[in-house]
Amino acid sequence: MTSGFWKRNQQTLAPALFLAPGLLFFAFYVLFPILQSFQISLYEWDGLSPAQPVGLQNYRQLFDDPAFYTSLWNNLLWLVLYLLAIPAGLAIALFLNQTVTGIRIYKSLFFFPFVVSQVVVGLVFTWFYDPTFGLLNTLLGAVGMDPVNILGDPSKVTYGIIAAGLWPQTAYCMILYLTGLNSVDPEQVEAGRLDGAKGLRMLWHVILPQLRPATFICFVVTIIGALRSFDLISIMTQGGPFGSSRVLAFYMFEVALSEYGFRMGYGAAIAVVLFGIMMIYIAGFLWKMYRDERGA
Amino acid sequence: MPSITRLPLLAAALGTALTGAGVAAAQDSLSGTLKIFSDMSNPAPRAVMEGMVDRFGAMHPDLEIELTVIDREAYKTQIRNFLTANAPDVANWYAGNRMAPYVNAGLFEDVSDLWDGQIGEELASTKGAMTLDGKQWGVPYTYYQWGVYYRKDIYDRLGLSEPQTFEQMKANCQALLDDGVKCYTIGTKFLWTAAGWFDYLNMRTNGYDFHMALTAGEVEWTDERVKTTFANWRELIDMGAFIDNHTAYSWQEALPFMAQGDAAAYLMGNFAVAPLRDAGLDDSKLDYYQFPSINAEVALGEDAPTDTFHIPAQAANKEAARAFLRFVVSAENQTLINAGDALGQLPVNANSSVDDDKFLKEGFDVLSNRAPGGIAQFFDRDAPAEMAKLAMEGFQEFMVLPDNLDRILDRLEAGRQRIY
Repeated sequence: MTSGFWKRNQQTLAPALFLAPGLLFFAFYVLFPILQSFQISLYEWDGLSPAQPVGLQNYRQLFDDPAFYTSLWNNLLWLVLYLLAIPAGLAIALFLNQTVTGIRIYKSLFFFPFVVSQVVVGLVFTWFYDPTFGLLNTLLGAVGMDPVNILGDPSKVTYGIIAAGLWPQTAYCMILYLTGLNSVDPEQVEAGRLDGAKGLRMLWHVILPQLRPATFICFVVTIIGALRSFDLISIMTQGGPFGSSRVLAFYMFEVALSEYGFRMGYGAAIAVVLFGIMMIYIAGFLWKMYRDERGA
Repeated sequence: MPSITRLPLLAAALGTALTGAGVAAAQDSLSGTLKIFSDMSNPAPRAVMEGMVDRFGAMHPDLEIELTVIDREAYKTQIRNFLTANAPDVANWYAGNRMAPYVNAGLFEDVSDLWDGQIGEELASTKGAMTLDGKQWGVPYTYYQWGVYYRKDIYDRLGLSEPQTFEQMKANCQALLDDGVKCYTIGTKFLWTAAGWFDYLNMRTNGYDFHMALTAGEVEWTDERVKTTFANWRELIDMGAFIDNHTAYSWQEALPFMAQGDAAAYLMGNFAVAPLRDAGLDDSKLDYYQFPSINAEVALGEDAPTDTFHIPAQAANKEAARAFLRFVVSAENQTLINAGDALGQLPVNANSSVDDDKFLKEGFDVLSNRAPGGIAQFFDRDAPAEMAKLAMEGFQEFMVLPDNLDRILDRLEAGRQRIY
């Protein structure tokens, strides 16, 4: 009986069974928390006392909250400026893509920042930026410029942290492009050269199209990296001075989980907004993938 | 079975009789496990905590004590989890409004019974800070004074003396600035240092009671009196009294400015003395004065953050926990743990003796005799956590961009109306 049922439905059941563990975990660890965030965002809850339903009040507050707009703006800055890692990585990769003695050592040295933990990167840059004792201001002082307080100045702090983040991210893009350059077809380069392409024209029309898969991966990891800016901000400024370097993810952590936080509802509301923003990006991304696959 | 349980009792009784200590023979029947979660994770406090456990354990040989020391910062968020699930029998925390979320959620045990009688009198100075809803929720083990720590050698060189009034304070500051020395070092990266300045300026301008009403959310932040406090603060900011770029530094990173003589003073808690001494400032170069009076009509109030022990409501061995709390507050223990070679702070028990240290002695005098206005905990312990965060961010912004004051105060007032 059972074996008969199995035999008849094997084709349908087997994939379902293989998918089941993954789907279960996805539902429990991804879908359920997302729905729960939506639900919590409608409550006022400190994690200790019973939750009070407050309707959309958390959202209304959020849209009146100057800190929210600062964080949103910083998120945008991160997303846009972080993409600089792609051209920078490409430039270094092109520079290193030659055969001289010891090139492997140089390649590893350039890749080094990506191996270092983000926490260490944050600390190193904090010392580098130190307005009194830091290397940056010692250098600026040597050429007769006034010291700048990058991490303590609300108008410079986000740029300072992004610059710190670009250091390892550039290395990451570089290594992706280096592997990509290995698979560039020498015959096409040769053909281009015969047709008189040189320098930038060669790069733009012959090399870059062949590097498209690498560029695509670079773009994806850089966007993801920009959204993961949390650790650098936490290490370098804790969102300060007076909240001017916060991004949405850090603000959410601060109101919901930090020492002075525990407004779970408000934190969840921020999470929902952040989710919405990411959905726009992800939807666009999926649509492009779908289109490309149909085209191919 | 009965004979087994009785045997150690007898031995313990015999032990106390032999040594003649006989402190509390009745308590020696404690048994089972006593779980203690502590946030005393820095080297010196950790040694103190372990020492207390050893001595308490020696008094109660049947009691098995499990001590878990958790990183002090991590503890602040972990306490929420372990109080609701898997509660220890004894836990560290802070006095004042910082207890309120746990008291309101019914997670701390009411220990008013411990405060009855003699103990209550000995700990009278912090009874107010341990009281919510007319009951006491824990016991203090240490506190420390705040005040201005200054470079005596620099003051002497310029012929300056410890200021008694705000006018003298500003005159001193001008003399220092003329000499190319900043008046005060401060690092506001983690915000709370700026709250120390606000606490003192507000208590000196408007008095302790007003300050307490403000932190309790009973006064509007846009009140004229609050603005007067900020106006006084602004005088110092406009003079250039504080070091530049303070937003980039933690409180420790601000210490070198004082150690190297680029700044002459530091408004800080007594814990700043140890690193300053390590940086080479001996007692001839480093001294302390109480924050001077600003408004002569208000009595002087002081900040003295108190660290405490509590019994979680879900504790399993409350009998042993109570005995431990009694042991912690005893005059003898408080003398020992607050000594200069241990915590280096002030004992709360009035019958304890203060270690022979210039700063501890003066701090003890200030808190006992020269703070008639009252003793506050500290801004982020007196105000609810959320308000504290919002306000301290405002203080930092004000120190950098004083022109933003009205916008900052509007924001704090909106916060006050929502939070309380």
